[in-house]
Amino acid sequence: MDFASLWTNYIWPLGVIVVQSVVLLVALLIFIAYILLADRKIWAAVQMRRGPNVVGPWGLLQSFADLLKFVLKEPVIPSGANKGVFLLAPLVTCVLALSAWAVIPLTKGWSIADINVGVLYLFAISSLMVYGVIMAGWASNSKYPFLAALRSAAQMVSYEVSIGFVIITVLMCAGSLNLTKVVEAQNGPYGLFQWYWLPLLPMFVVFFVSALAETNRPPFDLVEAESELVAGFMVEYSSTPYLLFMLGEYVAIMTMCALATIMFLGGWLPPFPVVPFTWVPGVIWFVLKLSFMFFLFAMAKAIVPRYRYDQLMRLGWKVFLPISLIMVVAVASVLYFTGLAPQ
Amino acid sequence: MDALLQDYLPVVIFIGVALFIGLALLISPFLLAFSKPDPEKLSAYECGFNAFDDARMKFDVRFYLVAILFIIFDLEVAFLFPWAITFGELGALGFWSMMVFLAVLTIGFIYEWRKGALDWD
Repeated sequence: MDFASLWTNYIWPLGVIVVQSVVLLVALLIFIAYILLADRKIWAAVQMRRGPNVVGPWGLLQSFADLLKFVLKEPVIPSGANKGVFLLAPLVTCVLALSAWAVIPLTKGWSIADINVGVLYLFAISSLMVYGVIMAGWASNSKYPFLAALRSAAQMVSYEVSIGFVIITVLMCAGSLNLTKVVEAQNGPYGLFQWYWLPLLPMFVVFFVSALAETNRPPFDLVEAESELVAGFMVEYSSTPYLLFMLGEYVAIMTMCALATIMFLGGWLPPFPVVPFTWVPGVIWFVLKLSFMFFLFAMAKAIVPRYRYDQLMRLGWKVFLPISLIMVVAVASVLYFTGLAPQ
Repeated sequence: MDALLQDYLPVVIFIGVALFIGLALLISPFLLAFSKPDPEKLSAYECGFNAFDDARMKFDVRFYLVAILFIIFDLEVAFLFPWAITFGELGALGFWSMMVFLAVLTIGFIYEWRKGALDWD
């Protein structure tokens, strides 16, 4: 094999993939910097405060100042900790959260890898997220992180079951595990009334609440219940190891928002398939829907009081699990007896 | 490149780039930041006293129970995935056999509920 064919067959495609990955990751991280700011601003607005407004105009550079501060802080590793696992835990959390974005299509054809098992990949990655928490709690060798890690792990796995059932109902309607095909299955003449949020409304609600619990967001942030557990499994962390946990958490939230956008809000499709709406590029619609989903997350954080742990587990196992199980049977029956199932 | 590699290599490369960013962030304060550790700073967090004993203590058996229940239901979801995407082609046999499977699991779920495995008070 000569160099020319090596270049066209291997080096050039590889280079393109690397550049695409870097561009997507940098864009995602900058987007998350502003999502973090929006989270704080919305929270502040609900409480009639101003929120961050010192660094840059309207506080627009706040997240970058925070990054600089985290990097320049002293990293403390407790003497009793297992040092390797202690440092591996934030890395695992952050890298796993970021790697979910490899399959998410921003618009038609705009994903790093348009694989046929996209939904399964996302489900697997979100299942692995619990390892970062368990490793951090165990390696810290301190009581609060250990208790918080146990709680958090139990909470995450409980709500993952109902998320799994919600995904099953969407897959039955879409007939594919490919995220692009899931979006295209929602395309039709009725625009936003044909997206799955309307026919599968109960599942959309279950998915939204389960996503809050799965990502340890308020009102389910029992892991970080200050009055009980100080700061959860991150008590012993400082500097960028702590930053990686925060970042991982927000990336996971964005992944959940993206998944909700793709499965229920029609991904990059315009709300009405008529002229002024179809002129707008799909990626703009996708980002708008993503921001709308995050706005719901931020409002839930600002206005809903925190749950108690037994209430949380009761909601997951005794309310959401039966509802989603019944909905799987109901959706399957409707599709089977009306013959609407995709062939 | 063959089709399989073309599909999945981008995922591996993407994870590689993400790992690079994560590692760069993790290592940077150890190189850049001022560091002056002392025994008190490095001790485990407690409310003003030294920790009494090892932090890796016994914990509530219900966490273990939740893990077992999770495995059962997550396996169920794993079985449902291939069924759900080929749903339209399976016909009556596919539909009714999965309904029987779900019914069996629901009976198990009701048993757990009645036994109090899901109570947390």
